[in-house]
Amino acid sequence: MKEGFRQAMAWLHTWAGLTFGWLLFAIFLTGTLAYFKDETSHWMQPEIPARALSSETSLTVAQHYLEQHAAGASRWLIELPDAREPGLSVRWQQAPAKPGERGQFTEKHLDPQTGAEVQGRETTGGEFFYRFHFQLQMPYPWGRWLSTLAAMVMFVALISGIITHKKIFKDFFTFRPRKGQRSWLDGHNAVGVLVLPFHLMITYSSLVIFMVMVMPASVLVAYKGDVRGFFDEVFPASTVRELSGQPAPLAPLAPLLEKAREQWGGGRAVHLSVNNPGDANASVVLSRDGSDRVVHDFGSAVTFHGVSGELLGTTPQASVPKAVAGSFYGLHMGHFAGPVLRWLYFICGLASTAMIGTGLVIWLGKRQLKHARSMAMPFELRLVEVLNIASMAGLMLAVATFFWANRLLPLGLAGRADWEVNSFFIVWGLSVLHAAVRRGRQAWVEQLALAALLFGGVPLLNALTTPYHLGVTLAQGDWAMAGFDLTCLATGGFFAWAAWKMQRAGKAEHATRNRAQAITLEQEAN
Amino acid sequence: MKGKTRSLPVSYRLAVTSRVLAAVLGGYIVAALASVSLSMWVPMARVDAVVTGMMTSFLAYLGAVIWCFACRTALRAWLGLALPSLILAAVVGLAYWMERT
Repeated sequence: MKEGFRQAMAWLHTWAGLTFGWLLFAIFLTGTLAYFKDETSHWMQPEIPARALSSETSLTVAQHYLEQHAAGASRWLIELPDAREPGLSVRWQQAPAKPGERGQFTEKHLDPQTGAEVQGRETTGGEFFYRFHFQLQMPYPWGRWLSTLAAMVMFVALISGIITHKKIFKDFFTFRPRKGQRSWLDGHNAVGVLVLPFHLMITYSSLVIFMVMVMPASVLVAYKGDVRGFFDEVFPASTVRELSGQPAPLAPLAPLLEKAREQWGGGRAVHLSVNNPGDANASVVLSRDGSDRVVHDFGSAVTFHGVSGELLGTTPQASVPKAVAGSFYGLHMGHFAGPVLRWLYFICGLASTAMIGTGLVIWLGKRQLKHARSMAMPFELRLVEVLNIASMAGLMLAVATFFWANRLLPLGLAGRADWEVNSFFIVWGLSVLHAAVRRGRQAWVEQLALAALLFGGVPLLNALTTPYHLGVTLAQGDWAMAGFDLTCLATGGFFAWAAWKMQRAGKAEHATRNRAQAITLEQEAN
Repeated sequence: MKGKTRSLPVSYRLAVTSRVLAAVLGGYIVAALASVSLSMWVPMARVDAVVTGMMTSFLAYLGAVIWCFACRTALRAWLGLALPSLILAAVVGLAYWMERT
């Protein structure tokens, strides 16, 4: 019975992994890229300059700009620049025409030094990967449902995979390179066990993030169907004070940063909202940056009176269950991670992606062995092969195309940001076609080689189309920009190596197959 | 469960389909009922109890899915989900009744 249980789990692991593997690969890869969302956005909008300035200076600049351009607005929102995303962005909301409606938002990017408007090229930037990672380019809420379902399947595949491996630690120290199928399995096991805590954390936390959407039964029962009431208790928002109608000048905002810092014991404010600026009842809410602690505390904010600058209130400490949910959220997003930890997140994410990819390769490889002698493959194996190639090599190609489109599409093109995204999907679609018409190994080699060219060419492309090439960015110490170029270069190198390996392994395989065929023919002749 | 990839009988395919349905739909019902009963019985503030119930419900889902593929027959998979569902529903009903009286 015990052996039977393990076999049943192996079956579950195999089929859950296969059916959702392609989708999970895309989700994990784009999610991993999203850890460098801000850096990617910075690279994709190189016009927005990186300047080392204090938050106070930027905030004074923003306030000055908003007082001149958005004096009558009902709300200002200010995003202060930080080391990763150097843009200072201001948004304001007009008073709604009718009460209860949402007023229209206007957004501008400012130079944090001069206060001049900066016109970045139209792009979705790193936000695209982040959004695709959980919305899958589908209308709300279907993408979120599908990605959460995929997360549940991932969770099942992880646990059943752990059960399947009885010698889980022994297997970890076993790696037999250059043994074909065996090496893939060893790699799958090693990368699975090595970052197992990360796999489990990232998968379970993704379920927790959307739990109110996918598992709302307890909310509906406890709050008698009033989901809003639940959210009001989870996020005790500071109530916006009524408009008094008396005009009064807004106090300088910059000193409030220091006051908020005292309240938090050193935490940094990165997001400010000013309600009813210019009114006697104006209030300023400072939200804490997520980057200084693991537990993500929704709506951890302090509120000040906008005219006198006195402290109006702080949000209370979160309870233990809320802190646990918040730390799942915080751990998943990794906002708190500094450069080293962020890279570790990125590498762990790649390891998860690689685990899914190797699993897909193993599934096919095992079954292909049976058909090694015949030239034709059954339809279902060929289908898996095409999907494997397009979902892995093709996706990498699409990512590289997205970056190239950002630099090559004309700046004035209407719907430019959409065309960047379109080119991503067009190339991904073409990779399916290409994989369908070419023989398996050739398709792998060609797509990987092209991806190697595109990624490796990114620094060159950047140097040719913008003034921010590696010589400049490295000298200036703009590590987000330089790091992006260097990472693309390294990725290109890796794909070139992978393509070369594939090509060589293909030749070796071809030789053995010919020999095998020769032997069979000989035997038949005898 | 280790079927040969070729010439699988229809009954086997139907049994697998039945197990998948039990795992996805039945498992969801078990998880939802578990989250509701937990949120009613955990001695915490309402909002905290609800958050706790939702967070742990996925473990119940996982257990249900594993059961559906580990048990011997597809029928057992359904029965094995029906029993905890009934118990959990009774627990929820009890809490509801206690709240009203």
